[in-house]
Amino acid sequence: MADETTPLLQLDGITQVFRTRRGDVRAVDNVSLNLGVGEVLCLVGQSGSGKSTSAKIASGLLKPTDGEVRFEGASIFGRGRSHSATFKGFRRAVQYVHQDPYASLNPIQDVFTTLSAPLRRHRLVKSRAEARERVSELLAQVGLTPAETFLPKFPHQMSGGQRQRVAVARALTLEPRLIIADEATSMLDVSIRIGLLSMLTKLRKDLGVGFLFITHDLAMAKYFGREGDIAVMHQGRIVEYGPTLEVISNPQDAYTQALLEAVPEPDPDLAKRKREIRLGVRSSSHRGTPAA
Amino acid sequence: MVDRADEVSSDPTSTDATTTDTTAGSVSPPGEPVLSVRDLVVEYRTGLGANDPVHQAVKGVSFDLYPGESIALIGESGCGKTTLGLGLLRLLPKLGSIPSGTVTYRNRDGSLVDVLGLNQQQLRRFRWSECAMVFQGAMNSFNPVLRIWDQMLDTIRAHDKSMSKSEAHDRCAEVLRDVDLDPDRVLKSYAHELSGGMRQRVLIAMSMLLRPQMLILDEPTTALDILTQRAIVDLIHELHERMDFAMIFVSHDLAVAAELATRVATMYDGKIVEMGDVRDIFYRPQHKYTQSLINAVPTVAEDLREVPSHG
Amino acid sequence: MTQIVDAGSADLKAPPPPEGKDAGAFKTFVRAMMRSRTGFIGFLVFAGMVLLCLIGPLFMPDTLPTDTSKIYGPASLGHPFGFDSEGRDVFVQLINGGRAVILVGFLAAVISTVIAVVFGALAAYLGGRVDSIIVAATDIVLTVPSIILLAVLAAFYRVGSAWSLAVILGVLGWPGLLRAVRAQVFSLKQREYIEAARLLDLGTGRIVIREILPNMASFILMNFVIGMTNAIYAMAGLYLLGLAPMQGDNWGIMINFAWTRGAIFFQGSLGYILAPVLAICIVQLSLVTMARSFEEILNPRLRHN
Repeated sequence: MADETTPLLQLDGITQVFRTRRGDVRAVDNVSLNLGVGEVLCLVGQSGSGKSTSAKIASGLLKPTDGEVRFEGASIFGRGRSHSATFKGFRRAVQYVHQDPYASLNPIQDVFTTLSAPLRRHRLVKSRAEARERVSELLAQVGLTPAETFLPKFPHQMSGGQRQRVAVARALTLEPRLIIADEATSMLDVSIRIGLLSMLTKLRKDLGVGFLFITHDLAMAKYFGREGDIAVMHQGRIVEYGPTLEVISNPQDAYTQALLEAVPEPDPDLAKRKREIRLGVRSSSHRGTPAA
Repeated sequence: MVDRADEVSSDPTSTDATTTDTTAGSVSPPGEPVLSVRDLVVEYRTGLGANDPVHQAVKGVSFDLYPGESIALIGESGCGKTTLGLGLLRLLPKLGSIPSGTVTYRNRDGSLVDVLGLNQQQLRRFRWSECAMVFQGAMNSFNPVLRIWDQMLDTIRAHDKSMSKSEAHDRCAEVLRDVDLDPDRVLKSYAHELSGGMRQRVLIAMSMLLRPQMLILDEPTTALDILTQRAIVDLIHELHERMDFAMIFVSHDLAVAAELATRVATMYDGKIVEMGDVRDIFYRPQHKYTQSLINAVPTVAEDLREVPSHG
Repeated sequence: MTQIVDAGSADLKAPPPPEGKDAGAFKTFVRAMMRSRTGFIGFLVFAGMVLLCLIGPLFMPDTLPTDTSKIYGPASLGHPFGFDSEGRDVFVQLINGGRAVILVGFLAAVISTVIAVVFGALAAYLGGRVDSIIVAATDIVLTVPSIILLAVLAAFYRVGSAWSLAVILGVLGWPGLLRAVRAQVFSLKQREYIEAARLLDLGTGRIVIREILPNMASFILMNFVIGMTNAIYAMAGLYLLGLAPMQGDNWGIMINFAWTRGAIFFQGSLGYILAPVLAICIVQLSLVTMARSFEEILNPRLRHN
């Protein structure tokens, strides 16, 4: 990816080795990724592929064993005073949306407290009234209206989809440039997923927020990342990396192909046809079955 | 529980439900239903006190399951699909109860069983030998300190004390081979020594152990990796085609329903709002809730549909 | 053919989530007490004892006259526990002596809980060298046999009052709780909402005080109650050994006097010995049942048994 402009976030040869009793485990092995301003990059892989570890490293929560993480061209894991300033800027610019909406909100804080704490801490608002106004704005951005009904709610009083929207609103409080969504939709019901994804897409376009979208679900990656890139991870390595639609319609790597073939189809005829191809049982009677 | 099973067949909904689209290539279900459910209601008390409010999780559900069929219960979390699955076998947690409705099971010899009227001992016999269940979260279904062999033997012995050890061993090996596992290795293992996919296979094998007529699967592929999920879906499909059992499976994943079901029932707020042949539900959904569910599923294959199959 | 069983009637809004069971610390406390009957009884008994010991002395004479005719006198309706070695009413002493016991136990528990929570949370949250130092200090204090240390301290310093006793008990009572708090904070620290707070750069102080500690309120309360029982036992032991200041009214002193002055040899002075022992037992039992019911609420595995 040769850009004239510096990418927003750059992972350069990231390697993460975990020491365990059974020996060293290379969770992430020489991974390089680039994400431009307002772009979307999907990181796809099965559990244990190293995608979540890569996300933790990209968010600055975990320092890699080897390799560089650059934010707007500056390395964030260096030493010295200039680096700590870089890290502070980076810390606010990169936010995270977790998988489990039941675990990612503090159970004892209402929505207003959850959303106003970062605003007040970083002096983005001067008074309680101003905080209220800003929080209502954020809630409107994530589609939780009217805001007044949500301000006093505690996590247990909301549905999973509503909680996840609050988590997104919290990630937006510091006006980040990049949001890392780590399986952010996988625990939600299907009908809520699409709503959340289109809301995220809208945020990306309206606010210019970049997204690193981590998922095991290729259909989700295709839906959310069709305008961006996809990187397929397997055993800590990136096995395929390119524009999403190209990779999904014409996978080059054998593992990507296997993944794509394994995806269950919400279409009985197509599922049947794929199964017949897979099992090598091709009865001529089904060849012409039209797909509705 | 006042209804008798013979009244059941005169219920107009049952004749409706048997009609299927023959052009879809599916065979009209033959003969009498294996399981008839009528106006089943399942409630949960919200607390231990007598005055605690009661929540109806299943609000009067009726359907028939015919031999060789595979019904998918789809719906979102909280719609009552899992509760319904548990209620059919009376596996509800302590606070759950079935205040009304009937569940009638037809034995192979044609005699009818009132499942809700069985006593605990009859129920235990019924559960494995007539109707087996595969739960979500394979690890919890195993006793961590017993080898797979001991657990399978226990299951056999609980129902058939006459079977000798070597006969039991042969049967265990047979069902394990059916699910593409190596019996010599697996029988000696503890549950934690197996991978998630293998544990799921062992559970499916155990459910086949006593040759039940009916199988209930609760989210059989949830929490598995895509590749493992694919293998399990294919395995269930193959077993269902090859062996003589009808199944009901609960899934929030519509794609899995599309792959495995012959009929689909959409549940919403404790009721079945739409039920029909799998192709009708996916290609011509009538109820707006079913439509919204199906439209909400993204697919990797929308472009692939145009691609002709290899030939 | 598709069969619509129930068109229209289902509106497409998601059903509301069930009312949650977690709320503030006080509500949790009340709910915990209400849900467990033994816990509620324990709470009532303890509240009753506290009231009796705090308000009771107002209605009792401050100084009891010595009456030689009633030495080791047996129990009667007006004097339910009889008389002591100086002919004073044991019941009046019992009422007057409870306050010190409960207050010393309370104060000691406050001191050790504060130490344990502050340093336990810091150790777990900051980790690294801070953690190593605090853990090492805890291990050292934990290996010191506290009752012997107390005996030594009492012998050398002639502990002046019940209050300094409370301070000593509190300062020695924290290591066990510190370990528990540290473990709890360790697990809370890995929750996703704490990770989110770190990503938002909310600051260590705020994260610990506003995000982590309130989530352990009932856990701390439970351990506070257990800390109180431990302090009361330690105090009773010290008094029995005669290592604590023998002044004022205190159940511990009563036991010591009844023991050393040979009440066991007198018929009818059973009440004299048993009264303070029984009082301590009741307080401890009520505290333990209270703490147990907290544990039931906190530990989901116990909840359904």
